[in-house]
Amino acid sequence: MNWNTLFSSSIGKKLQMGLTGIFLILFLLVHCYINAQIFWNDGGQKFNEAAHFMANNPLIRISELGLFAFLILHTVQGLSLYFKNKSKRTQSYKVSAGNATSKWYSRSMAILGTLILLFLVMHLNHFWVPSRITGLETYTFNGVEYHNLYAKMQLQFKDAMVVTIYTLGCISLAWHLMHGFYSAFQTLGLASFKYKSLIKTVGIAFSVLIPLLFAAMPIAFFLDLIK
Amino acid sequence: MEHYTMNLTLKVWRQKNNNEKGSFETYQVKGISSEMSFLEMIDVLNEQLIVEGKEPIAFDHDCREGICGMCSMHIDGRAHGPWAQTTTCQLHMRQYKDGDTIVIEPWRAAAFPVIKDLAVDRSSFDRIIQAGGYVSINTGNAQDANSLPIEKQKADDSFAAAACIGCGACVAACPNASAMLFVSAKVSHLALLPQGAPERKERALNMVAQMDKEGFGSCTNIGACEAECPKGISLENIARLNREYIGAMFAGDK
Repeated sequence: MNWNTLFSSSIGKKLQMGLTGIFLILFLLVHCYINAQIFWNDGGQKFNEAAHFMANNPLIRISELGLFAFLILHTVQGLSLYFKNKSKRTQSYKVSAGNATSKWYSRSMAILGTLILLFLVMHLNHFWVPSRITGLETYTFNGVEYHNLYAKMQLQFKDAMVVTIYTLGCISLAWHLMHGFYSAFQTLGLASFKYKSLIKTVGIAFSVLIPLLFAAMPIAFFLDLIK
Repeated sequence: MEHYTMNLTLKVWRQKNNNEKGSFETYQVKGISSEMSFLEMIDVLNEQLIVEGKEPIAFDHDCREGICGMCSMHIDGRAHGPWAQTTTCQLHMRQYKDGDTIVIEPWRAAAFPVIKDLAVDRSSFDRIIQAGGYVSINTGNAQDANSLPIEKQKADDSFAAAACIGCGACVAACPNASAMLFVSAKVSHLALLPQGAPERKERALNMVAQMDKEGFGSCTNIGACEAECPKGISLENIARLNREYIGAMFAGDK
């Protein structure tokens, strides 16, 4: 057994990045599915029911702890790898290949990740903190008391500044995923032979569709397309 | 192809040794033939420097036919220059036209310290090979080919990985100065064959440990190495090394 190499070796650290990355990708999928309930345009009832389920299911609550742990690990390990890798070339090139040999977003994972992190601080402050800590307004429907997270969204996305920042956050996420999705599977050694093109195709589709759906939410509220 | 001659401006990195700071020097070379190789053009410049009583430019080279892995040079931002799957010695001057300016730098990586000018110390690669890039079990005499069946696909993949000449272009091209493409090629060509398979776990663990110890960066799957490799070593090998390593990491018997 060489479990210690998971924490000490370069491949072990990359494995941490890949596995936590795949967990975060799964989280995005669930998050997007739940949030997409707003598009029923039913005054937010279906969405609030879904949010109610997420808030009261013990398995989801435990997964949330894992989500925060993995998010922190992904961030800390990612930044640490970035700075370590920077230190491996003390004298930089006068002329570099740039986009001739690689994609700009593949080289910009740390900065894209940092932008997502900054967005996330604002995002958690908008929705997670009120719904878990400071409290939201509630209403009763069919004898069940619901937090009105939908009303909070309506309120938040009246502000053009907030909508702009959310859109930029989604764009950063899209480019981060454009490399991250494929990269996670390559690190696990799975993006090879017959699976390579499948993973690349699914990765691009995921990187475009999920952030697009996310960005559509604040924009739809702002333009009064959903009430 | 029509023959022509050209005059060029060269900006070359000069550095006395690893302790002293280097800088770019500008040189003019005249009457360079389009049929010369890039290294022959440097030879012309060195002859000129010797006549002028100046120190000639130190650079690595040996076979000059693209198979030894000695030549290096980062030319206008590209490891081994602008031609795909071509070593510096096989780059020819027909790439350039009269009046061009060419910037020539050494491989830049903490694990490849500059010896002098354009020559860097790549012995870190040798130490990675010493850590496990071999077969130490007794395989006996060469057997009759039919007694050791190997899938055609595996033999081909192994051969493609074995094409790595260990020049270090992957490290030079990688924004992280990672040696993963080199190590993955060396691990792959042995792991794919029955002679190399018995030691595959130890080999992957030891070679990666040595790679980390030598001060190479870690792989972030950017792919610049594959784009610059003069032997066309594929990222497929890095996926294989990851599988080999992860397998060894969680194996019960090691």
